[in-house]
Amino acid sequence: MDEADRALLPELDGPEPVPALPRAVGLLSLAVGVAALAAPERLARLAGVDDSPAARLVIPAVGARELVHAAGLIGGGAPAGWAWSRIAGDTLDLTLLARAHAGRCDERRRRLAGTTAVVGVITALDLLAVLRARRSRRARERAIRMEIAVTVNRSPAEAYRFWRDMENLPRFMTHLESVRAEDLRRSHWVARAPAGRHVEWDAEIVDDRPNRAIAWRSLPGAPVPNAGRVRFVPAPGDRGTEVRVLLRYAPPAGAVGRAVAKLFGEEPEQQVRDDLRRFKQVLETGEVVRSEGSPDGISVRQQVMQRPAQPLGRR
Amino acid sequence: MKATAWMGSDTVKVVNVPDPTILNARDAIVRVTTTAICGSDLHLYHGYIPAMRKGDILGHEFMGEVVEVGPQVRNLKPGDRVVVPFPIACGHCTSCQRGLYSVCENSNPNAGVAEKVMGHSPAGIFGYSHLLGGYAGGQAEYVRVPFADVGPVKVPDDVPDEQAVMLADVFPTGYMGAEMCDIKPGDVVAVWGAGPVGLLAAASARLLGAGRVVVIDRYPYRLRLAAEHAGADTINYADTDVLDALNEMTAGRGPDACIDAVGLEGHHGNAAVYAYDRVKQAARLETERPFALREAILACRSGGVVSVIGAYGGFVDKFPMGAFMNRSLIMRTGQCHVQRYTRPLLNRIQRGEIDPSFIVSHRMKLKDAPKGYRIFQKKQDECTKVVLTV
Repeated sequence: MDEADRALLPELDGPEPVPALPRAVGLLSLAVGVAALAAPERLARLAGVDDSPAARLVIPAVGARELVHAAGLIGGGAPAGWAWSRIAGDTLDLTLLARAHAGRCDERRRRLAGTTAVVGVITALDLLAVLRARRSRRARERAIRMEIAVTVNRSPAEAYRFWRDMENLPRFMTHLESVRAEDLRRSHWVARAPAGRHVEWDAEIVDDRPNRAIAWRSLPGAPVPNAGRVRFVPAPGDRGTEVRVLLRYAPPAGAVGRAVAKLFGEEPEQQVRDDLRRFKQVLETGEVVRSEGSPDGISVRQQVMQRPAQPLGRR
Repeated sequence: MKATAWMGSDTVKVVNVPDPTILNARDAIVRVTTTAICGSDLHLYHGYIPAMRKGDILGHEFMGEVVEVGPQVRNLKPGDRVVVPFPIACGHCTSCQRGLYSVCENSNPNAGVAEKVMGHSPAGIFGYSHLLGGYAGGQAEYVRVPFADVGPVKVPDDVPDEQAVMLADVFPTGYMGAEMCDIKPGDVVAVWGAGPVGLLAAASARLLGAGRVVVIDRYPYRLRLAAEHAGADTINYADTDVLDALNEMTAGRGPDACIDAVGLEGHHGNAAVYAYDRVKQAARLETERPFALREAILACRSGGVVSVIGAYGGFVDKFPMGAFMNRSLIMRTGQCHVQRYTRPLLNRIQRGEIDPSFIVSHRMKLKDAPKGYRIFQKKQDECTKVVLTV
């Protein structure tokens, strides 16, 4: 069962990958660092500071620093932090170049100006790398994994049968508008989003063990990659079935991510718990239980907005 | 229709609201003929129960005539005269199937909130806050009854409303309080509180074979009812030390079982002791005033049963755990699993073993509900139980 768990959302497993841009600026650091240490004279000439005795000391120091950046960025781990360290280096370089401008003219001044422009472009790239690295880290931080269980006074076979018909899911998962089974494995899901919008995706069943477990995951292209697994375990003492659900999803940044976050509120686990309570109600009593205060059934999210416990009148 | 609505602390009003409709296939709509104000309604009235909303319809003791049933209700038809248990129970979850109807796992739509307060959620209750479901109550002309195939019991023509409506809550609650005492012949049972539930617990203890029943309260007119209708000895805690008196009555053993029929708004004979908990309650440092519970634990004989049927909502301070543990006491408690008792107790009424309506002191019309709450709260005019007819 643990293997099925791991297979659910491979893009979220393993160590944090270094995104492309931070990796690229890492390679740039490596090149500059090697050049500065191997041929400081040529670099000084290129930058237009070959007349300065101080440059002979500063350039190898800059090279050593670049190698540290390169090791950090390519070696992996906290790419955002290392990208920031590059920006600190860029600032130092720009300061040194500005000071070098004073007292130089003609060819050397032109070369200095060119060098400054190049370092300026690199600084911009580094800023972009910082943003990319942060976005990537936040996407992983946003990835949500939860395990929630409910005990239902029905046999594992009955609970499995109800869940296996994916079109039943919207009966107890309130954020879903519909699930359409395309065939035995594939299905098309439509979820509600705020302001009357929808989020849609296709999903497939990746593991189906009759009366025991079902696992599914969204197909590539889903706006919110997600996966789930439900196990139906006989409850001890003739109490029916322990329905154990594992859910994972990775809300993206931007408008869709915000919509998903809003949909699940501040307590996504509570929403799923309420979903499972409704699942239990439908299986045990035939439908979702309604009261006058919460005519749409269970929802902690709606608790604060409950109507007074008065009849609604004819609807 | 007209209905009694909670409008804030110490305020109820009879207001016009829409008639109820069937929301679930197992619902029935009942035209209420008789309803009653419960002592636990006073906890709502005083604002001690959280999650009340302005406009909530009150009332969990009611009976009437079925006027409409949902498609899944096959045991009832329009015209049936029924009494409805106050806990709402689905009949199909494990708790219901084990007879623990008041902890039904499906009937509270706001179970998630109740879990945060109590760990797990109890059943939904008519007209008893949104923490317990947000169901409209029965102090109204009509009420929607969920799971009507499980709760309501048909009432034979020879049992009048005033007796039958006692089966909604107070009689089964009092009876369960006595039943939990596991009474053996000759046992002495002490009951704290001579309100409707305490009086019916005392009478039930008699029915179940107690040798002696002692009722403790501070209102002489209520203690008189206990003596007359439950054959009880009485202690007025306003002028008598309860522990001394109980020890004297039992030659130092203490009662074999003690029933707390008071709950969270207790009073105490000692003004300083009362003030201690009253101030903490007002400052929200504790939610209850558990005088009766503390005294019941201290009074009970070693190895005896403390049966708690008075309503509690939150936390108590100065719980005498040392006495409780070292003297091998047993505590049994719970909101009454009314569905377990309605039929057997209806039979006892029909056989003439008991007339639970002896507690009724006031009869009014539904429109006078605000007055009913007022005199019940202030114990004016020797008020014990207010019954409202519709």
